[in-house]
Amino acid sequence: MCGIVGLFLKDKSLEPQLGAMLSEMMVLLTDRGPDSAGIAIYGSSAEGQGKLTIQSPAPKRDFAGLDAELSKKIGAPVAMTVKSTHAVFVMPADKLEAAREAIAELRPAARVMGMGEAIEIYKEVGLPEKVAERFEVSKMSGTHGIGHTRMATESAVTTMGAHPFSTGPDQCLVHNGSLSNHNNVRRELRREGMTFETENDTEVAAAYLSHKIAGGMDLGQALESSLSDLDGFFTFVVGTKNGFGVVRDPIACKPAVMAETDRYVAFGSEYRALANLPGIEQARVWEPEPSTVYFWEH
Amino acid sequence: MATSNLAKAPAPETQYAARVFDLAKVPLRELNQALHDVTDGSNETAWEVLNPKGNHAVAVGIDAAINVDVHGSVGYYCAGMNQKANVTVHGSVGPGVAENMMSGAVIVKGDASQYAGATGRGGLLVIEGNASSRCGISMKGINIVVRGNVGHMSAFMAQSGNLVVLGDAGDALGDSIYEARLFVRGSVKSLGADCIEKEMRPEHIEILKDLLERAGMTDAKPEEFKRYGSARTLYNFNIDNADAY
Repeated sequence: MCGIVGLFLKDKSLEPQLGAMLSEMMVLLTDRGPDSAGIAIYGSSAEGQGKLTIQSPAPKRDFAGLDAELSKKIGAPVAMTVKSTHAVFVMPADKLEAAREAIAELRPAARVMGMGEAIEIYKEVGLPEKVAERFEVSKMSGTHGIGHTRMATESAVTTMGAHPFSTGPDQCLVHNGSLSNHNNVRRELRREGMTFETENDTEVAAAYLSHKIAGGMDLGQALESSLSDLDGFFTFVVGTKNGFGVVRDPIACKPAVMAETDRYVAFGSEYRALANLPGIEQARVWEPEPSTVYFWEH
Repeated sequence: MATSNLAKAPAPETQYAARVFDLAKVPLRELNQALHDVTDGSNETAWEVLNPKGNHAVAVGIDAAINVDVHGSVGYYCAGMNQKANVTVHGSVGPGVAENMMSGAVIVKGDASQYAGATGRGGLLVIEGNASSRCGISMKGINIVVRGNVGHMSAFMAQSGNLVVLGDAGDALGDSIYEARLFVRGSVKSLGADCIEKEMRPEHIEILKDLLERAGMTDAKPEEFKRYGSARTLYNFNIDNADAY
């Protein structure tokens, strides 16, 4: 079991509340996944700027002076915001790849959670409520976001095993279910040059989609092809810079409920997560069909 | 005439003020305990549940002829194991509504998620919207009437009782079915293993007429439905199939 929530705002006036709405939705699904929690929030950054989120098991040691060191290394200004075990760096978007390489060298213990023009990712072990508090998610604004509460099955309860997984710029994936052919797919993707941080099945799905997108598919096509190449149980919610997508395996035993109003599109593993959203009584509420790709974009 | 398993419980007359449980203020266990404490013949026959907000196991395990109205949408297993009571949900229900129902009636005004009425042994489940996958899985005597569509794998291994669908059925309807009767007015995307279309005989028209009346769906005519059931080729081990194991 795991819990997934997603919120895509159509009404700009809700954007300052995105973090508050999404963290409440996530906390409501605590009993589907009390092991760890994570959230990806998409917020606009200034023209030409990008963000890179890293996590460290020793934040005091690793984050001290890192902005200056990074700035020197990539030859561009870097602004750092530290939130508990995570730090977000804002820099020119064309320097993100160089920064990722520099961080691996400057702070080998730190891990890159995600990067892109809009994405910030926070994830940790612990109860979803504590995780949301730790990163002050409820104060964050943004255009759309995805949250996950994890009950681990396929790999250990660690920060890196928590969702979302990001394997491409502004891309992230959360998963409820378990994949049965992830070892084989991981082997094939390694042969194609993809790298993996964990033994987790969901990371394989994320890397699979990123690989397909890098090869020229759009997200919809990548999700379609996952239906034939990934075996097992899954409800996936995928975030991109402009929107989010949903797909369920053909058996569709992992639950999913969606709601749409003029102001938002929302996803929840259960209706409970959606029950406090504004105007939910008048929303169109439905279950996404099996083997069907859904996608919303700004 | 095999209508003996149809729900008989009439709606009890309500004479006393309804007992109201607001789940925004009262824990769910308190509601369910109070429902379990009701005995037959009690004057407390009208119950109202407010603010269910998608919570699980609302009004589960009732064993008395009472009326329960749930105002809002619920989560998993609403009205599970119901006996004798009439439970009406004025909203949609999550997975496993009326799971293993024994008798009485459960009415859902909205949609139902997966495995509605699973393993039900008796009583009547009415879904006025659509039902999702696996509706009536392993049903053992329950009657289920769905005004909308049912999803894939509905009536999987269904043993007895009737599943009536006014809309369409998804893939693999009635896979590995035993002796349940399936009536579908719309299209069937595909039939599961050992499920075939069968002749609609006068006794089936009678059963269907009675069920549609009791579900309040008299705008549908029994003659508009097709009947599906077991081809009875999977009942016993067949030595010719030994290679398949």
